[in-house]
Order: sequence, then structure tokens, then C-alpha cells
Amino acid sequence: MAVKVNKEECIGCGACVSSCPFGALVMQEDKADITEACTACGACVEVCPVSAIAREAEEKTISIDKNEYKDVWVFIELAEGQIKNVAHELLGEGRKLADAMGQKLAGVLIGEGVEHLTKDVFASGADKVYMVEGSEFKYYTTDGFTTVFAELIKTYKPSVILMGATNDGRDLGPRVACRVGTGLTADCTNLGIDEQTGLVAWTRPAFGGNIMATILCPEHRPQMGTVRPKVFKRPEQDFSRTGEFVRVKSTVKDIRTRLVDIVRVCTTACNLEEAEIIVSGGRGMGKPENFALIEELAGVLGGAVGASRAAVDAGWKPHMHQVGQTGKTVGPKRMLPSLRQLTTVLLAMSWKYCRH
Amino acid sequence: MQFQLNEEQIMMQKLVHDFAEKQVAPGAAERDAKEEFSREIADAMGEMGFTGICFPEKYGGAEADVLSYILAVEELSRVDAGVGITLSATVSLCAWPIYAYGTEEQKQRFLVPLAEGTKLGAFGLTEPNAGTDAASQQTVAVAKGDHYILNGSKIFITNAGEAEIYVVFAITDRSKGVKGITAFVMEKGMPGFSFGKKEHKLGIHSSMTNELIFQDVKVPKENMLGKEGEGFKIAMSTLDGGRIGVAAQALGIAQAALEHSIKYSKERVQFGKPIANNQAIAFMLADMATKVDAARLLVYRAAYLKDQGLPYSKEAAMAKMFASDIAMEVTSDAIQIFGGYGYSREYPVERLMRDAKITQIYEGTNQVQRIVVSASVLR
Amino acid sequence: MEIVVCVKQVPDTTEVKIDPVTNTLIRQGVPSIVNPFDKNAVEAAIQLKEKHGGKVTVISMGPPQAKDALKECLAMGADEALLVSDRAFGGADTLATSYTLAAAIRKIGKVDMIICGKQAIDGDTAQVGPEIAEHLDWAQVTCVFKIEVDGQKVRLEREHDEGYEVIETQMPVLLTVLKSINEPRYSTVKGTMKANRREIPVLTAGDMEVDPQHLGLKGSPTQVRRIFTPKQRVQGELIQADSSRAAASMLVQKLSEAKLV
Repeated sequence: MAVKVNKEECIGCGACVSSCPFGALVMQEDKADITEACTACGACVEVCPVSAIAREAEEKTISIDKNEYKDVWVFIELAEGQIKNVAHELLGEGRKLADAMGQKLAGVLIGEGVEHLTKDVFASGADKVYMVEGSEFKYYTTDGFTTVFAELIKTYKPSVILMGATNDGRDLGPRVACRVGTGLTADCTNLGIDEQTGLVAWTRPAFGGNIMATILCPEHRPQMGTVRPKVFKRPEQDFSRTGEFVRVKSTVKDIRTRLVDIVRVCTTACNLEEAEIIVSGGRGMGKPENFALIEELAGVLGGAVGASRAAVDAGWKPHMHQVGQTGKTVGPKRMLPSLRQLTTVLLAMSWKYCRH
Repeated sequence: MQFQLNEEQIMMQKLVHDFAEKQVAPGAAERDAKEEFSREIADAMGEMGFTGICFPEKYGGAEADVLSYILAVEELSRVDAGVGITLSATVSLCAWPIYAYGTEEQKQRFLVPLAEGTKLGAFGLTEPNAGTDAASQQTVAVAKGDHYILNGSKIFITNAGEAEIYVVFAITDRSKGVKGITAFVMEKGMPGFSFGKKEHKLGIHSSMTNELIFQDVKVPKENMLGKEGEGFKIAMSTLDGGRIGVAAQALGIAQAALEHSIKYSKERVQFGKPIANNQAIAFMLADMATKVDAARLLVYRAAYLKDQGLPYSKEAAMAKMFASDIAMEVTSDAIQIFGGYGYSREYPVERLMRDAKITQIYEGTNQVQRIVVSASVLR
Repeated sequence: MEIVVCVKQVPDTTEVKIDPVTNTLIRQGVPSIVNPFDKNAVEAAIQLKEKHGGKVTVISMGPPQAKDALKECLAMGADEALLVSDRAFGGADTLATSYTLAAAIRKIGKVDMIICGKQAIDGDTAQVGPEIAEHLDWAQVTCVFKIEVDGQKVRLEREHDEGYEVIETQMPVLLTVLKSINEPRYSTVKGTMKANRREIPVLTAGDMEVDPQHLGLKGSPTQVRRIFTPKQRVQGELIQADSSRAAASMLVQKLSEAKLV
């Protein structure tokens, strides 16, 4: 697909220039001209009053037999030997996709001594589990997990792969997608099936959350995406469910990075994705030191500390605390603290800064 | 006719803008409240190379143009007018006359550290009884062998006490009137050279204003700037350039007032709608924006003429007079738009109005500017 | 040490606003900046160079205007800059972009380390870095906030969901860095002037060993189906009272009404 301007028809009104989210249109000699920043999103096609802009299908020379690719896979990410919430959430959502496509849902379990977790994966809706075990998978490594994942894809040819948009998921996703030569949509907040094409429609925020984009991966397989934790509800588990179990041998030889140490600096305070109570602050706190008030309150409540993008960008809090469109998606029971425990100081502060 | 900044000027503007927003703006209200000069900011500006923008590389400068330097003064003044004048006093009033009139040896000794930003500069002309009437100087320099002995005092000196290098004017021959005034480069630490009381001012609190006191200061002849008797000419031509700096300062203040007003009038809701939706406010904003733009064109043109080596005395006077007058108007309008909040120190616009006033006064009052302009048009 | 830093020129998304009437993005007057994370990457590279010697090359894929972003990095203290620009690269998604950048980096010759910002603020994908590493078959460590180099050995601290990991690896390696790694330096006036007067070499598709099928829109598996504006958040309510105590009780009341406390 490529967007083209019919210069004969163009009246030089400039409507398309301001409509382009990527600034890819410029006026040249009173006619609209499309620069290399164009992503063929088609936003300009709709605004052109004289229909001088059209989205043309471009001949695709790379083509694969898409029918060979079946099933929806979910990467079962682990933390300290346990399945992360996000993996359950994705199994729930993957189930819906698989049902809509009339295909199976599989979990990909990579780790050391993880066989006992398979029933947990089935309970969350999987029909199948691919498991790769080995001491080299005790902790996540880019090389180890990429090799295993890419091998699995080449052998078993899934149609769709979902991964959590966690630090490791976002490390692994692009690496795997690139190795198998397919597209990856990062950090999705919504999934669906595109009615026209039957493809997975991946929706994600862009431009700092100012716009949303729906992305398709038409000609390449698998269709891959990373999905924000807490976007989807964790499914009700059914431990009577079972499924097909496939044990795959590890082919990993060379892991170039070595994990020397893991330091857990925040057990509850910044584990926003799992938190039930979050006390959050933004630039309105005035200065970084004032976050101490938020931390104190979060401590009293046993909650986590959240921060807005502005506060994180200003360097007041590390990124692991960021909430919102561009940060972590959170689903606490209470985002607001119980005010009876709020100190007068904090109140006075917040009023002062609220006024500006 | 070209009305656009070139690539280099845009880069410079952006560079100073970022510095101003990140390093200067955050403490501006506090410095104003405490009447506090920040040496840290002055040194940071030096490290960034702001003081060397318009001087040749061989004297430690960046060899950009005067307009780039003027953009720097404007951008700094937009967030803190006191910081803007700290730079302007060093560059326009101290480094420039040394660059224009100094010997090679003086340039190496004084201009290089100023341009490289390791030292601050100041300019001493005004005396208690010699303001606009600069010729009635009472500071006297008496030649004695290989040096002069300086006695007298100077008031309202920007950067005084903080600066290491001073361009100072004194009478060397009273019988010759203005032709008997001579310029000297003085250094902080010279025996007999001290500073008086810190001035408490209406505005530009973050700039240092102090008195210079000379008691039998021995000044070597190699510190004389230009020839004996050339002082008045040096002072007047220096002030021509200084006026562009003050005009840029006024422009920055006015720009800030305009920006605050636009933002506030879109946010402030009365009777269920932003006050910007009232034509009374919208038209005020239109007038303010037009005035600021008109001032900007005058200021940039004066700098452009100086860059081109063309006469700019009249145009600098016009720019200074117009920009400072509109700064006063626009800041006053800004307070009006903010209403009661504008009068409160919680908001920055009252500071802008206090800061604006001085721009109508120093580097020659606006009445003096009108003398310059009228003399030129009636010639 | 030969270090390559990949930078992107992006619209300052903090300045991007949505037109409340048409519900579309207002791009007018939004300045183009160096992606903030990339500035941290440049700073990290310059610091490594200052400590261990070597050279820092900044590279960007984009239209000719992206030269401004490269000049800004030169002004900070990078030694060389390279613009990768060609109509053929237009419309590239992360896979095609990383393919092109990897080809350009091969063209540079011996490189010990590539540093990228964690992600670009316009796309927020965080994919181009890892994909470059994959194209080059290099080791990668993402979300790094501390780098120590000892000979060929590199020791890194990587942010993790619950804390951080300490990772050791060997060069060559590709890193993506967080904002917390450093405070990018300002460029000085002299640095800016010098950078501005530099000619920035441009690498086109013809200058590199690339398969045209993998470039630009053609080489991009993903396609933007549609762009839309998310629902605007309803405006918050401001609680004001004479004293903080009174305000607190008002807030508590509201929260209890909403069954939040």
C-alpha cells in the first residue's frame, strides 16, 4: 500500500498537510507532495476535498503460504518460577482470538523445572503447551529465548503470537520478529479481528498517547504483538481443562550475556501492575522531593507509587513508576488513597499546586 | 528582503532557549524575591559560550553574528530579565569596547577571558551627578609617570562587585570638556578599587547593581582604552550597541508577558467559558502580539545593520525606545488580563512589569533616544 | 572504542495537541527535536569516549531535515555524523528501518558498541534497537541505566519490572538506554557553530549493500490500518476550600459517595 497524490487533481488547499500525523506531506509548487516520512496510514485520503489522494495497493513480491500458519500462541512469561499475570491475561484474550479464527490457543513455556506450570496454562484457556526446559533458561536471556522461540515458530508455524509488553517481552519480541522476518506491533492496548481481512487488528497509542493507531500485518506470518499488562482481565481459571503437551528439545548453544545479579529494589512500591492501591503524583508535586509524601502515604496504605509521564520525563521518578497511556497500564481497586490517612501537609501541598 | 533567521541563528536561538528554560527559568521567581544574583548562572552562561557569541575565534569567541547574540539576550530575558542584562552588560558594554578600541595586548588580556566566559565584565560611566549629562564627570585620572591615579565613584553599575573587568571613564583634562574624558580597563582587586552598597531596585532583582569607588587607584598606562580624550566617543559608540542589548531585553520581557497572557486567558474560566473567548480580551492579545512583533522587527534590524557594518545609531535608539515602551505597555496589559492574580506575586506577570520599567531608563532614557532619533531625522 | 549512536528526529510529542473540534492532531508549530532518549544515548557514548578513547558516530535515518538532529549531536560532542536518506526508505516500519540502519552500520566498518535510546517518543515501539542487533547478529541489552567497560568486557545494569539486573557481556554489543542513565550535556555555542558548519555525509540506498525488497514501505510487514484520536478524558474536578481540613472532608465525602473509600 502506498499513498499517492494526483497532481492534476490537487488544488493545493493544504488540508492534507495538517492532517498528517507524521508530517509527511509538504506543499511543493502549490501541490501536495508526499515525503519519505509517509507511513501510508491514509489519514490524508479522507480529508482531501477533491479526492486527489488515494491509497494504492502495492505489489507485494514477498509472499509466503499463509495457510501453513495456524494457531494463536502466548509467551508464558515467568517471574521467580511463577507465571506472570500478564501471561494469564493474554491467554484469556488469545482464547477469544483463537475462537474467532477457529484455531487453537497454545502457551509457550520456557524455563527450568517448569513442567508443573502446564496445568496452570491449560486452566487459563490453552489447548496446547509447547515447553522447552533447561538450566540455561533459569533466567531470561535475549539469545537463549530468541533462539528457542524462533525455532518453535519455524517448526510449528503459528499464525499469531502475543507477548506481554514487559521489559523482557519488549526485549524478546523485536528480536524474534526480526529473526523470522515478520512484523511486530508494540505495546498494544486493544486487539480485535479486522472485519475486511480477517487479520488481527492491533491497536496501540502513538505520539505520547495523543493518537491511536490500528496496525495490520497482512503478508507476513506470524502476526506478532506485545500487549500491555493489565489491559485485559485475567480469565477465570478452570483446572479441569487439559490439552496437548509438546516437549521440545533446546537447541541453544551460545548465550552471549551473563546475568550476574538480580536486585529487587521495589517489591511492592513500584509493582504497579500487580498493585491494588496506587498513590500517584505528577508534575503538580512541584519538585521531586515532594514525592516523599506520596511514598510515605503509599507505605502506610501498603500501596504502590505511581508517577505521570511528565514526572518521569523530568527524572523525578524512574520509569518503573510510570502510569497512563505511555506507562504501565494499571488496574488497582483503588487509585486514590484513603484520605483519612492523608497528612495535612500533603493536602496543603496538593492544593497549593492544584491552583496553578 | 529577508525576514527569516538563518539556520545558524535558529540553532543559537534554540540553544539559548533550552538553557533558559531548564537552567534559568526554574529559579527566576525565587531570585526575584530574594534579590539574589546567581554567579552560578553567570558562570554557566560563560561555559556555554554565550559571552563569546559575536567575537572572533582568535579572541575566544564563536564568530557568530550580533543578531545571534541579541537572540540570546532576548531568550534569557524572556525567563529572567536580570540574567539577560548580566549578559548584555558583559558583552555589549565591556567586551565590545575592548574589542573595538583595545590594543592586541589588551584584547588578549581582557577580551579573551570575557569571551571565553571565565570572567564577567561591567561598564562604569554614570555618576551621582552625571547621568544623561555624561560630560559632567567627576571621576578624575591624573597622569603620573607610567600610570594614572584614579579618584571618584560610579553608581548603578550592573555586575559591579561580581565582574572582574571594568571599562571605566574618567576626566583626564577638564579644560577639554567631553574631549577630556578617557576610558580605562580596571580590574577587580586593584588597590584602592572597592564597591559600595548594593542597590535595591524596583525590578531586575537577579542582576547585581552596585557602586564603584576609586581611592587613589594606580592604573598602568597600558590599561588605557583607546587614546587619551577618546573616552566620550568610546562611551557613546558602546551605548549605541548596548541599546540593542537593552532593546532585546525589553523584547524578551514583552514576549514573556504575551505568552503568559495567551496561556492564562485560555485557561481562566469565568461565566462558564475561557476569558479568551471574550473579544475584549482577544483584542488586547491581538494588540499585544502586534506590538511585540513590531518591536522584534526593529530590534533585529538594528542588529542586522551592526552585522553588516552599516550605521545603526538611529535604528538602535528607535529599537530601544520602542521595544522598552511596548514592554511597559504589554506587561501592564498582562497584569490587566490576569486581574487580581496578575497583581499577586504568585504569578510572574507583576515581575515582568517591574523588570520592564528599567528598559525605558538605562542605556539612555527614552527621552534621550528621542533626542538621538530626532537629531538624525532633522539633520 | 568505536561507538555508533542511532538517533531519530521526532516531533516534540509533549507539544502535540488535539484539535477539540475536528479531533485531529495539531502538528502545526510542533518543533522537531532529537528524540530525548537518544540524547541520553549520545551522552552515554561521549562519556565512554572520554574515559576510554575512541570515536562516536551518530547515525540517523530520515528525510534531509534530520541533518538538524545530527548537528545537534555533533554539537554535544559526537565526532562524526551520517544521514541515511533515500526516497526508497520512505514508509519504513521498524523492521525495514532496522534493516536499513544495520546496512549503514556495516558500511561504517569496525564498531564495538551501538547505543540507542530506549524508544522514540513518537512511536514508542522500542523495537529498532533490538532489531538492528538481530540483523547484525550482535548481543543486546535493553533498558540499561549504567555502563561499565573494562577492555572487551561490558558490565551493565538493566532495569527490570521489579528492580534491576546486573549483566556482563563482551563487545560488540548493542545497548538501549533509559533517561536515568545520565543528564545529557548542553551543546556550547562554539560546538553548535562548528557542528552547523559541518557537512553531513548522506548514505543512499545505492551506497549500501541492500535488497530493495527489504526497504521502505515494501520491506515493512506492518501496515497502518487507521489512525484515530482516543476519547478525551473528562475534565477533573478541583476541590477548593478555605482550609486543607475543610477540603479534605469535602474530598472524603465525594470519595465515599463514589464508594471509593
